[in-house]
Amino acid sequence: MGIPAGLETQIDSVAPGGSEEPTATAGGHRQNALRRALRSDAAVLVSAGYIVLVLLVAVFAPLLTKISGWGPLEFDQSAIDPNLGSMPKGWGGGISGNHWLGVEPGNGRDIFARIVYGARVSMTIAIAATALTTLIAVICGLLAGFYGGKIDQVISRVMDFLMAFPALIFMIAVLSALPAENRQYLLVLVIAVFGWPYLARIVRSQTISLTRREFVEAARASGASGPRIVFTEILPNLRSTLIVMTTLAVPGYIGTEAGLSFLGVGVVPPTPSWGQMIASSTHWYAVDPAYFIIPSACLFLLVLSFTVLGDRLRVIVDSGEVR
Amino acid sequence: MARYIAGRIGAMILLLFLVCLFTYVIFFVLSPDPAVQICGKNCTPDRINQIRENLGLDQPFLTQFWTFLSGIFVGRTYGDGSIVCSAPCLGYSFQSSEPVWDMITARLPVSATVAVGAAVLWLLSGISAGLISALKQRTWWDRSAMVVALGGISIPNYVVALLLQYVLVVKLKLLPFPQPVKFTDSPGLWFENYLMPWLVLSFAYSSVYARLTRANVIDTMAENYVRTARAKGLANALVIRRHALRPALTPLATIFAMDFAGLLGGALITETVFGLNGVGKMAADSITKNDQPVIMAVTLLAAFLVIVGNIVVDLLYGLLDPRVRTASA
Amino acid sequence: MNRQSVQPSPVEQGSPDQQALLEVADLTVSFPTPQGISTVVADLGFTLEPGASLGIVGESGSGKSMTSLAIMGLLPPSATRTGSIKLSGTELTTLSESGMRQLRGNTMSMIFQDPLSSLNPYYTIGLQITEAYRAHHPHVSRRELRKIAVDALDRVHIPRARERIDHYPHQFSGGMRQRVMIAMALCTEPDLLIADEPTTALDVTVQAQILELIAELRAETGTGLIMITHDLAVVAQVADQVVVMQHGDCVEQGSAQAVFSAPQHPYTDALLEAVPRIDDDIEDLRQVQRPAGPSSNRTVPGGSVSTGKEPRV
Repeated sequence: MGIPAGLETQIDSVAPGGSEEPTATAGGHRQNALRRALRSDAAVLVSAGYIVLVLLVAVFAPLLTKISGWGPLEFDQSAIDPNLGSMPKGWGGGISGNHWLGVEPGNGRDIFARIVYGARVSMTIAIAATALTTLIAVICGLLAGFYGGKIDQVISRVMDFLMAFPALIFMIAVLSALPAENRQYLLVLVIAVFGWPYLARIVRSQTISLTRREFVEAARASGASGPRIVFTEILPNLRSTLIVMTTLAVPGYIGTEAGLSFLGVGVVPPTPSWGQMIASSTHWYAVDPAYFIIPSACLFLLVLSFTVLGDRLRVIVDSGEVR
Repeated sequence: MARYIAGRIGAMILLLFLVCLFTYVIFFVLSPDPAVQICGKNCTPDRINQIRENLGLDQPFLTQFWTFLSGIFVGRTYGDGSIVCSAPCLGYSFQSSEPVWDMITARLPVSATVAVGAAVLWLLSGISAGLISALKQRTWWDRSAMVVALGGISIPNYVVALLLQYVLVVKLKLLPFPQPVKFTDSPGLWFENYLMPWLVLSFAYSSVYARLTRANVIDTMAENYVRTARAKGLANALVIRRHALRPALTPLATIFAMDFAGLLGGALITETVFGLNGVGKMAADSITKNDQPVIMAVTLLAAFLVIVGNIVVDLLYGLLDPRVRTASA
Repeated sequence: MNRQSVQPSPVEQGSPDQQALLEVADLTVSFPTPQGISTVVADLGFTLEPGASLGIVGESGSGKSMTSLAIMGLLPPSATRTGSIKLSGTELTTLSESGMRQLRGNTMSMIFQDPLSSLNPYYTIGLQITEAYRAHHPHVSRRELRKIAVDALDRVHIPRARERIDHYPHQFSGGMRQRVMIAMALCTEPDLLIADEPTTALDVTVQAQILELIAELRAETGTGLIMITHDLAVVAQVADQVVVMQHGDCVEQGSAQAVFSAPQHPYTDALLEAVPRIDDDIEDLRQVQRPAGPSSNRTVPGGSVSTGKEPRV
């Protein structure tokens, strides 16, 4: 894993749209323009479609596994062949009407069920991490950018400190040292703690440039208080950048969770996670590639969808069609 | 200028100290009793106490921390003074009792080799792909290159690593399974050994750099000074190379400094997958085995590299951008 | 489309049967836009004699800058250019790109509106001058090139030229930077200089200096000049001939004297009327009225048609 610094900076490169004059009011009409632009873009539709699919699968996991007949923790000894080193019987790692995506070698667990529940993990963590990270980043970025001075100094130093931390190592160390309960909450927490500075940096620089604009001065002159200005003048103008940035950051969170699970410090087995499934599959990929390919493909497509969506959003926002 | 550098180094030291303190505290609180760990099986309470004394684990926290910190600069002694650990002393591994400093210096060349080789590959491929894409916008080359780049940043490192290994080693039998080989022993084997890690790492980074280069070059080509260069009748290649590429690459140089610094600290996942004996793998192993001195040392090393990288970035900006370098008239 | 052209008066710089420096005929430039084809220059024609000066006047979006880019062959790839452009008899529209490159910066040079963004911040101005020269005189020694650069700066009256050769664009003031651009454009002794709003971004006092400089250098070298501007005062000072453009059409052209003293077209009239006079009543500040009637020409995508109240120098 280790998100290359370049990726962060790609997020950085979302231009604050300095040449366009941001309007002082949030417009419902802008929302419509965004929706219109999105509806006509094939790439956006496909990636959003996949994301929604994964989301639905995650939400309806219990229902789906009821239909498919196997839960994620059940072992089906009949599906694996003890004489072949517990290899799944049948083609494609045991794909059949009984097991829609085959079974895991070694223990015969239904892959479809585990993928479906693994989607739960990925989406839950992605959404939670995004929410928490964005919340912290926006608050700190706004405070630092709007008030400047000492507040800015303190927040910026904290950001420097966190960004200097070798996050991956730290995350692994902390996660492996702590007891296994509440692992999911911990994952979200560490991802958010190390992720927010990169977003906050952008929020801060945008806030700074927005604060200097005339309409903020005008608002101040008309007697609006600090927090009110932040909410009515600055935040609406940050909205589109925020949408783009968070969409582009989600792949990082998903990848981080998967990477941590791959290394064995993510969600605790037997709870399934796509990353952990990939890790298990490394022993078998020579003889049962399906076990490797299926979770890898799901993960890859999810990350890809968010990236494509974020890319397209950025293009639309930058082109000035939508503020 | 000297004052500026002094200020930056001061900030760097402060930051390192804080990272050190923070990490030490976390592990102090979270780690299980090291004495029990070192003792291993067949332990006696007496032995445990003795180990505790030797390592100074019975001291109050601040004393322990101070001993650790000063040990980095002046070395320290263990137990009754018979074991001398000379500066820079990062302690001894709980698992192997090796001096941690030696462990790092032994493994750093491997990580460095991985980093340098991958860096060369990704700079060459990423920048040229991005440049060509920018110059041939919306052609089939551009579209396919950007699709590949998109895949490159979306696919996890370890998936690429395993796929590559599967294809090249298992199926096509083109390469052997990675094993530690010294360059002096066999250059050919050495190259084969590092080829896959290089390819895996550079694929991800190359994708990022290709996208960045493309975006930057498209921006610079639209600049007014490129129009001026054309108006002067300069040859197209010269316009691109001198007036579009150079400004486009400056932000990339600074990003590269950070990426490379981070990579020197060990590409944890890649090294683990390929079984390379570098700092990253050492970090991964030490974490699972709760080898506290090693974890501390690796964390410090990585933080040090990142902070140095930051300073290099600042200096690079000064060097590369004349507007920063000289005061305006 | 209202058009009234006055016969351009012959400029007394050469014998009547000397070849014209620049002959433009039926020049049309158009772009595809989401809303359809946008014609930014429509059937433009004029003739410039060697050493003479022509002013192209109009508001933003009138197509005057596009005209200059069309002549230089620097239009964006999506643009369509038709018509004829002859530089000293050579037809430019059919010339290959390498042929054009030989002419650009050599026989015809161009300077732009914003000298800060038009100069590359990463390179010294010495380099930027010498590369212009070197592109057309490849076998000149380093020392020679340096001398040429110093001389170029001297000619535009930049003090301490030898030292300032190694300075960067951001180390110069706005007016100085424009002088540098002029030096860069003229170091190869071109026959034609196209100046696209060279003084718009500058202070009024600096404007005057730059215009004087251009006049001085033209007197020395006999370079022809096309001055593109929205500022009537600039045109009056500099141009022998005038072309007035609106929405891509040439609505009037002729000698400066004729056009200003007796404008034939309502638009020209309106432009002149809009210039505030010191002895006018303040209520008389007028905006340029749009002539009534449909216009089949659209404004340049993204360009804005401003109402001009040109300040009088």
